[in-house]
Amino acid sequence: MSAPAFDVPVVTIERSGFLRSRMIRRLLGDPLGLLGLLLVLAVLFCGLFADWITPYDPFKIDVPDRLQPPSLIHLMGTDSVGHDLFSRVIKGSQIALIVGVLSIFLSLAAGLAAGLAAGYGPRWLDNILLLIFDTIYSFPVVMLALAVITLLGSNLQTIVLVVVVFQTPVYARLVRTSTLAMKNSEFILAERSLGAGAVRILARHILPNIVGPLFVLGSMDVPSVITLEAGLSFLSLGIPPPAPSWGRILFEGYSRIFDAPWIVVAGGIPLIITTLGFTFLGESLRDMLDPKLRRVL
Amino acid sequence: MVMYAIQRVGLALLICFVAMTVLFTLVYVIPGDPATIALGPRATADTVARFRMEMGLDQPIPMRLANFIGMVLRGDLGNDLFSRRPVATMVMEVLPHTLALIASGLGWAVLLGIPLGCYSAVRRNSLVDKFTAVISVGTISIPSFVVGIYAVLIFAVELNWFPSIGAGEPDDRWDQLYHLVLPAFSLGLGWVGYLARIVRASMLEVMGENHIRTARAFGLREPRIVFRYALRIAILPTVTLLGLAIGGLLSGTVFTEKVFARPGIGQLVVDMVASRNFPVVQGTVLVTVGLFVLATLLADLVVAWLDPRVRAGL
Repeated sequence: MSAPAFDVPVVTIERSGFLRSRMIRRLLGDPLGLLGLLLVLAVLFCGLFADWITPYDPFKIDVPDRLQPPSLIHLMGTDSVGHDLFSRVIKGSQIALIVGVLSIFLSLAAGLAAGLAAGYGPRWLDNILLLIFDTIYSFPVVMLALAVITLLGSNLQTIVLVVVVFQTPVYARLVRTSTLAMKNSEFILAERSLGAGAVRILARHILPNIVGPLFVLGSMDVPSVITLEAGLSFLSLGIPPPAPSWGRILFEGYSRIFDAPWIVVAGGIPLIITTLGFTFLGESLRDMLDPKLRRVL
Repeated sequence: MVMYAIQRVGLALLICFVAMTVLFTLVYVIPGDPATIALGPRATADTVARFRMEMGLDQPIPMRLANFIGMVLRGDLGNDLFSRRPVATMVMEVLPHTLALIASGLGWAVLLGIPLGCYSAVRRNSLVDKFTAVISVGTISIPSFVVGIYAVLIFAVELNWFPSIGAGEPDDRWDQLYHLVLPAFSLGLGWVGYLARIVRASMLEVMGENHIRTARAFGLREPRIVFRYALRIAILPTVTLLGLAIGGLLSGTVFTEKVFARPGIGQLVVDMVASRNFPVVQGTVLVTVGLFVLATLLADLVVAWLDPRVRAGL
C-alpha cells in the first residue's frame, strides 16, 4: 500500500498488560469464576501430566483385583477387569481435552473464514452460506452425528468432523454479524479510501477486533463437545476402546450399576467437574466482556 | 403477518429440502463404494447387492435424488436392509414414546422454570433468586445422560422408588406414567435452569421499560402489571427458545432412551447404527429434522402472533 500523503496520528491502544491484569483481578473477585478457573486448571493439569500422575497403569488388567470398591489403594475402585478407575479417569481427561480443544479450534478457524466471506463477500455468497447454516441448525446434533458415524465408523476423526460441521456456523454467524457491522464503519471506509485491499482490511482491521470474544465463546463450547464425545462413547459409538474415555467408563459401569455402582460414579464425576468448571469460568469471562449482559443476568 | 407466515413456511420447506439433499448426498461424498462403506467390510455379497438396489445405486445421481425426494414426499422412507420392513412404519411405532418423553421432559421444565424465572426477576436478589442463579448454571452444564445414570443409581437402585427400565405395560396408562418419571426428570432438568434464566433476563428488561412505568404511574396493582403487561412480552424469547429446545431434546432422548432402555426414536437409531442399517438411520434422522423444523416454525409463528409489532407487519 502506498504511504498516505499526510500524517495520520497513530493511536496505540495498550491491550494485553492492562486488560489482562484487570480481567484476572475481576475473575479472582468472583467466587464462581474463581472456582471455574480452578476446576479447569485441574482438568488441564490432569490432561497434560496424565502419564506422570496416574497411580497405576490405566490399561493394566488385574483380574484378581477386579470390582474392588473405592479404598485407599484404589481411590475410585476398580472395574470388571481390574483397571484402576482413578488412573483411567485421569487418563480420560486427555481424550476429553484433545477432542474438545482440537475440534473447537478447527471450528473457530473454519467459522472465521466462512464468516468473513459471508460478511465481506458478495450478497449471493452470503445468502448461500446462510441457507447452509440454517440447514445445519435444523439437524439435531446427535442425530446427524449418528448418521455420519454409520457411514464413517466411530473414531476420533468422525467426532471431530461432526463437531466442526456443527460449530462452524455458530462462529461464522457471529463473525458475519461483526463484519457486517464494521464493514461500513468510518475507520474501514477511511482505510478503503486510502487504497487498502480486501485482504488487508480483513486481516489487519476486522480480524483483530473479533478474535478475542470469539475465542472466549469457543472456550465456552469445549464442555459441550466433551459431553458429546462422552455421550457417543456411552452409546459405544465414540472413540473405540481401549481408550479410557469417560463415556466408555460410564458405558461399562452401567451394566454393573447394581453390583458395582462406583464405576458409574467414577465415570460421571470428571464430566460434571469439567462441564461445571468451563461453564463457571465462561460465564465469568462473558460477564466481563459484555457489561450489558452482566447488568441483566 | 400473512406475508411473514408465508415467507417463514417457505424457508422451512427450503430447509427440509436442503436437509433431504444433505442426507441423501452423505452416502456419496465419502470416497469409495457407498455400499461397502455403509455396510462395513464384513457385509455379505447378498447384503451389498440388496443395499445397491435399495439405494438405487444403479441410476445416475440426480435421478436418484429426485426419486428419493419423491419417495419421502409420499411418506415412503425406504426399507430396513435386513427385515425389509418399511422405515416409516418402524418410526411411527416408536415415535409416540419419544414424543411423550419430550413433552413430559419439556413440560415440567416449563411449569417450574418459567415461574421460577418470573419470581427471580420480580424479587431480584432475594434468596430464591440467588439460589436459582447458582443451581441453574449448575444444572445447565451437567449432561442429561449423567443426570439419568445418577438418577437411576439413586432412585431406582438405592431407594427403589421408580423403575429404571422400559416404558411400562402397553395398556396401563398409570404404569407408563410411572415409567416416565425418571426419564422426564433427567431430560428436563437442565432446561428448568435454562428457562428460568432466560425468563428472568427478559422480565428484568421488560420491567424497566416505559410502558411498565406508565402502568405503575396509573396505579395498577403489581400482579396485574407483572402478568398482564410484563410477562406477555417477556415470554416471547422463551417461546422461540422452546422451538429450539426441541432440537436439543431430540438429541437428548437418544441418551435418555438408552439409559432407561425405553423404546423410541433414539433407541431405534442407535441400534441401527450398530448394525450399519443406513436406510433406517437416514429415514429416522429425516423424521427428527422434520419435527425440529416444524417446532421452530410453530414457535416463530406463535411469537409473531403474540407480538403486536410483528403482527402489525413492522
